[in-house]
Amino acid sequence: MSTAATTPSAVFPEKHYLNATYGIRSWLLTTDHKRIALLYLVSVTAFFFVGGFFAMMIRLHLLTPNGYVLTPDMYNRMFTMHGVAMIFFFLIPSIPAVLGNFLIPLMVGAKDLAFPRINLLSWYIYIIGGAFTLYSMVTGGLDTGWTFYTPLSTVYSNSAVAPAVVGVFITGFSSILTGLNFLVTVHTMRAPGMTWFRLPLFVWAHYATSVVMILGTPVIAITLGLAAMERVFGLGFFNPAMGGDPILFQHLFWFYSHPAVYIMILPAMGVISELIPTFARKKLFGYHFVAAASLAIAVIGFLVWTHHMFLTGQSTYAAIAFSLLTFLVAIPSAVKVFNWTATLFGGSISFDTPMLYAFGFLGLFLIGGLTGLFLGCLGTDIHIHDTYFVVAHFHYIMVGGAVMGYLGGLHFWWPKITGRMYPEWLARIAALILFVGFNLTFFPQFLLGYNGMPRRYHVYPPEYQVYNVMSTAGASILAVGYLLPMIYLVWATFYGKVAGDNPWPATGLEWKTPSPPPTENFPVTPVVTWEPYDFHNRKDLGLEVGLAEAHADD
Amino acid sequence: MQSPLPFFPEQASSIAGSVDALFSFILLTCLFFAVLVTLLAIFAAFRYRRQSPNEVGADIEGNLALEVGWTVIPLIIALGMFAWGAVIYTHFRTAPKDTIDIYVVGKQWMWRLEQPNGKREINELHIPVGRNIKLIMGSEDVIHNFYVPAFRVKMDVVPGRYNTLWFQPTKIGKYHFFCSQYCGTNHAVMGGWVTVMDPAEYSAWLSDESGEVNPVSAGEKLFTQLACNTCHLPNGTGRAPSLNGVYGAKVLLADGTTVTADDSYIRESILQPKAKIVAGYQPVMPTFQGLVSEEQILNLTAYIKSLQSQPVPAKGAGIAPANAAGKK
Amino acid sequence: MHRTGALYGQFETLEQQKDTATLGMWIFLVTEVMFFGGIMLAYTINRHTYFTAFAMGSSMISLPLGTTNTIVLLASSFTMAMGVWSAQTGKKKLLPIFLTLTIILGFAFFYVKYVEYSQKFHHHLVPGKTFDVNYCVNNPSKCEDISPADLDKEREELQRANAADPNLNSHAQLYFSAYFGMTGLHALHMIIGAGLLFWLLHGSLKGLYTPQWNTPVDIVGLYWHFVDIVWIYLFPLLYLIDRHR
Repeated sequence: MSTAATTPSAVFPEKHYLNATYGIRSWLLTTDHKRIALLYLVSVTAFFFVGGFFAMMIRLHLLTPNGYVLTPDMYNRMFTMHGVAMIFFFLIPSIPAVLGNFLIPLMVGAKDLAFPRINLLSWYIYIIGGAFTLYSMVTGGLDTGWTFYTPLSTVYSNSAVAPAVVGVFITGFSSILTGLNFLVTVHTMRAPGMTWFRLPLFVWAHYATSVVMILGTPVIAITLGLAAMERVFGLGFFNPAMGGDPILFQHLFWFYSHPAVYIMILPAMGVISELIPTFARKKLFGYHFVAAASLAIAVIGFLVWTHHMFLTGQSTYAAIAFSLLTFLVAIPSAVKVFNWTATLFGGSISFDTPMLYAFGFLGLFLIGGLTGLFLGCLGTDIHIHDTYFVVAHFHYIMVGGAVMGYLGGLHFWWPKITGRMYPEWLARIAALILFVGFNLTFFPQFLLGYNGMPRRYHVYPPEYQVYNVMSTAGASILAVGYLLPMIYLVWATFYGKVAGDNPWPATGLEWKTPSPPPTENFPVTPVVTWEPYDFHNRKDLGLEVGLAEAHADD
Repeated sequence: MQSPLPFFPEQASSIAGSVDALFSFILLTCLFFAVLVTLLAIFAAFRYRRQSPNEVGADIEGNLALEVGWTVIPLIIALGMFAWGAVIYTHFRTAPKDTIDIYVVGKQWMWRLEQPNGKREINELHIPVGRNIKLIMGSEDVIHNFYVPAFRVKMDVVPGRYNTLWFQPTKIGKYHFFCSQYCGTNHAVMGGWVTVMDPAEYSAWLSDESGEVNPVSAGEKLFTQLACNTCHLPNGTGRAPSLNGVYGAKVLLADGTTVTADDSYIRESILQPKAKIVAGYQPVMPTFQGLVSEEQILNLTAYIKSLQSQPVPAKGAGIAPANAAGKK
Repeated sequence: MHRTGALYGQFETLEQQKDTATLGMWIFLVTEVMFFGGIMLAYTINRHTYFTAFAMGSSMISLPLGTTNTIVLLASSFTMAMGVWSAQTGKKKLLPIFLTLTIILGFAFFYVKYVEYSQKFHHHLVPGKTFDVNYCVNNPSKCEDISPADLDKEREELQRANAADPNLNSHAQLYFSAYFGMTGLHALHMIIGAGLLFWLLHGSLKGLYTPQWNTPVDIVGLYWHFVDIVWIYLFPLLYLIDRHR
């Protein structure tokens, strides 16, 4: 019972980017942004499995207070490598490198990104960085926490810190080059008529993300570089025994790593800004405000890093300033949530899988974002800093937010990418399983945190067991929710129903070209004359434009 | 002690109530907005569900009044939360004057806590109820963190500096404390128990010496052993200022500024004597870097602190006169 | 989709192509600012905390050599700018000359750097197990390249420095770590720049660059000027501030 518009039976194009050329060289040496996006899809999924395996080990081990599954050193490696794999190799690249790479040229009406060869280079850099990090994981592991605090990481840890740090350093350049490519593409490659305020909000979100990528990533690069020098050559920047300052490391580290979380969430917000108008068949409420909010998040996001350090013994004045700024950065996100919700009113809403993910995002990002207030608030942070409250908060945003956005986007654009539809009912069930599993996994962790269970603990006092068992049970359900799409999306690529150019239909420029698109995206450069999400004036979509007025006075 | 599904720990310190109150305020506010948005979304999902396959939604661009409203109102609420939190935090970071000072050293993977009379504990802290307690904490290796959930307080313990943490326990009992900054293999077992006792019982426990070393007397011995007493004559006639009464007082420096002679100042004076020169004295003190351990510095500090009550000579102490505002 | 000289496949016009490449290089240079900025910040903070050791360090590196390198780099930026001008005005014979001059000046910089680094190596000023800021004054025979008069001045300064800062050696090691870190990173960027210049030279000898299309010369010029500017910051930070002699 799909509520997609009725279209004549769809035709699968004869020649498209997937069959334009054959052979492994045509994939490994491609400069087609769409093929590069698929290369990234495979690699980030592989790292998602790696990170997911570590997560599974963590939750299994934490079923009992005394932990019989892993030794303390192994457990510490599990949570560290879970963080490193998921943050640097899955979350940061996922939406930009898979969906952004595929869609941005199509959305702006260009034949490719500004620098196609640099695009391919960025994938190879990612693979090389990943190789170094995997090498570290298998030859001694990494047990410093993904935050690499000194002097633990540079002096005291007995794990393979140097290769891991080198791996993350290298992968950072992949991020920088992707951001550079996106920024230049949006500035110089837009089709005629595609003005800034006709751009889809997905593009605005990636523009803001790219600003953060290019300004922030070089700082983590040099910080990790200095830390690696300290580890390997015994220098003393961050080692108090040699006159160095461990807090300097924290400042340099968080100067990037806080904006990094906006790199992870802004693209997902961009996806949601596409899904809700499409499945409510209505313009996004407050387009300009949502675009401005993306930029505001990117800018203010650079001014809050010390909120990770409220309890390091820093000046009280500094803490107060950064707490104030932290509350300010919450406002643009709130504005977006209100605008998304307002878009629903007066719409014509269908519950296809992408929209289910959008609703899921709305609810889970709401909780994740609101719980950030407790952490940014100095009085409560004293108690919940470095407890499971923090772990729950960021998983609600990273998984409940970013991963929901990623999966929603994958489902929404799968027909464009592969030319075929995924199985709708199975996909809806998977989305529901994911939502339930997620909440069961992470909500108890808020309670664990306020009750005082610190994070990164391989054993815990027995009074914390009940919530831990709930969390592990949820994780097993969550795993099913992840595995199902991986299976049926692959199945759909070969056996799914043929989708046609625009199955939903949606208003973006990417839907005015065949599914899958030809290598050059558009046979003729499009000229844009319409506003974004303007269902009322898009006669080409074949919808009943006039009759919808019945809803307008509700 | 606790139900299997607890929501928050016991409140056992003077600040716990405020923290919980603030938490509840933020919680209720967030619940309000979360429920509001959720109900609105669910309502809209039903009310505006698609009736026919080719239907479209209404042509609405936005509404300036709403945008301003839902920017300004959350901003005001956010600022309120910020302000309340800042007040609690400032109170938390400002230790009162009349504290019982406990010296804490964290190292992989244990805690050594020293009472004012030198009685030392490993992974245990005994304190009297109703008194202000100040922990002065240092680390011997990596960053640790001392966290007592029932008191709602924690503070990082950073190598190369001292961090202080104060609280006032309000309920007799035993409360967990944890290391709350990942520090390596046994981070999760680096904790212990804070025992809050009746003040009389605490005094009794404290004076039960049975084989403990008094830091004040250890410090006094060191003071002589290291020849500090040859320059720091108590009557102020030596090459160095008398240390009577200096602990906690304001010291006048050669460059006209004043500094409070706290634990950090004393530690710096021992390790980097040229950093701050007392007015009227020559920079001749040798450094003891590499010659004293952290524990010995703690003992010397305890001894110097015990000189607070000794008579201050009229000339030859470094203490700033009462009306010296301290230039710059 | 790539052919040199004319339009690349993803562009509509040559002008769009040039604007894109130029914007790309500017954004890349912004990332380089953040990259160098991080280590300069760490250096500046440490300089403030350990001014005695850092002032000592500044006095121990060679002012004549540093100044020479500054002049060499400024000259190379001039020859580079002349190269860009030649390409823009169609002076096809001059372009390879200016590129070659820039390359020669670049190599002059490398040579001076080599001399400086090997000096440090012999004077035990390379961070690590052998680092010893007092090495030369304690072993004058091993440091023949420092004149006895200079060595005496250094001995005096080190005496005062050691008295003011008991940990002078490890703090001075921080200075030299920053010195090698920053100048090494800078030298790496210059090596890449030299490689790009060779690539340009090769193209210029084939007559590829015309007034209609000289974007590669333009953007390599931007990169080279940036690397020069980084040195203009490094020179005072490392060589000039708080220098005693």
